[in-house]
Amino acid sequence: MSVIGKYFIFLGTLFGKGEKLSVYWRRLMEECVGIGVSSIFIVAIVSTFIGAVSCIQTAYNLVSPIIPISTVALIVRDMEILELAPTITCIVLAGKVGSNIASELGTMRITEQIDALEVMGINSSSYLVLPKVVAAMLTFPMLVIFSAFLGILGGYLAGTLTGVITERDYLYGIRDSFVPYNIFFMCVKPFVFGFLIASISSFKGFFTSGGALEVGKASTQAVTNSCISILVADYLLAQLLL
Amino acid sequence: MIEINNISKAFNGKEVLKGISAQFQKGETNLIIGGSGTGKSVLLKCMIGLVKPDQGNVLYNGRDFYHCDKETQQSIRREMGVLFQGGALFDSKTVEENVRFPLDMLTTQSPEEKRERVAFCLQRVGLEQAAKRMPSEISGGMKKRVGIARAIVMNPAYLFCDEPNSGLDPLTSVKIDELIKEITEEYKITTIIITHDMNSVMEIGQNIMFLYQGNKLWEGVNTDITKTDVPELKEFLFSNKLLREMQE
Repeated sequence: MSVIGKYFIFLGTLFGKGEKLSVYWRRLMEECVGIGVSSIFIVAIVSTFIGAVSCIQTAYNLVSPIIPISTVALIVRDMEILELAPTITCIVLAGKVGSNIASELGTMRITEQIDALEVMGINSSSYLVLPKVVAAMLTFPMLVIFSAFLGILGGYLAGTLTGVITERDYLYGIRDSFVPYNIFFMCVKPFVFGFLIASISSFKGFFTSGGALEVGKASTQAVTNSCISILVADYLLAQLLL
Repeated sequence: MIEINNISKAFNGKEVLKGISAQFQKGETNLIIGGSGTGKSVLLKCMIGLVKPDQGNVLYNGRDFYHCDKETQQSIRREMGVLFQGGALFDSKTVEENVRFPLDMLTTQSPEEKRERVAFCLQRVGLEQAAKRMPSEISGGMKKRVGIARAIVMNPAYLFCDEPNSGLDPLTSVKIDELIKEITEEYKITTIIITHDMNSVMEIGQNIMFLYQGNKLWEGVNTDITKTDVPELKEFLFSNKLLREMQE
């Protein structure tokens, strides 16, 4: 409980005495590149293959002659939009971005770089962490939209190239019974997950003490705690919004 | 001038500092010496506001750092320059950006003024050629010099150095000591150095304080230190073979 209390106090310090807006803008742009742009490649690879595998496996299981084959595409689309793109992508990002944030801040802590900021009278948590949290909340939804597109594209490529579904059936399936609200739901999830991943990982890294071993531990804990929080938040959001 | 009064600090019930009081004069290199784990770094952290003492106060030209309003505390902080043990340079910034950082964050100077000030500070520590290099591309001694340049870029009234010679070869250590002493005298800064380097003690220690198990056991100048009667200080000083032979 004391850790949770410390986490909320830490979140409060992010909005304490801040620096010049131009400083935050520059930091935000740096973090958007570091967190968002540098994650495009891994998101693209993971999403395309998950979409492809979803298509093949769904087709493999749908053997009933009364279910039209275009249902495969419909299932791939809904799986991608509702769960795979937002949740799996964010779990992958928790591994990549979360460990990066925790190890960066942990190293800054043990090499006295954070102390140097504090001695200068700079609000170190606000200067270092707030841009990361905002950048994650801004870029994660974009990455998830990109992921959903690539997942559905991956399903299309795998399905049509292997012959399990025709191009016409796939295109019909992904447009069939489409619910636009699901897109909104898909975008809310990474917004929340981005906040959780960036803030939990920053919290773990920011309060690291010791040496290289502790930085490694903080990094591992950041990923583990972020993944757990994603799964809990995923359930709560599904319960609240669907 | 910096004055500390009755500073005490304990961690998990273990007393690390026990009522330390002292005065550090302007334009002098004030050394705090002692073995490992005697509370030197904790005392320094209490003085610069990284660790709040359980008791006592720290006065900067009469302004009580822990019992003043936020604005006064902030203005005292801006008069401080700190050289950390490992340099504490920001890894993602070049040498030049590291030195310019306090100016970017805390002043409204024009880019031209900042460029001039950074160039002056880097030239002062002899690193004008390394301006575009990253901290990972420079040696330990150069990192310390960049740390000094960053510490003096805001024209500090107080300079704190935490073990400026640690991990350096004897020749580089002497150069760093000389640089700190020159800067102290040139800009009339109140400098406080934490060290257990005996060469620094003998060369630049104008005012020396010896800590032992959280207590101040001795205070004086470097010319008197070898004549001390304090057994703990004698043991600390003459653990160095060269000094022991000189004494004998």
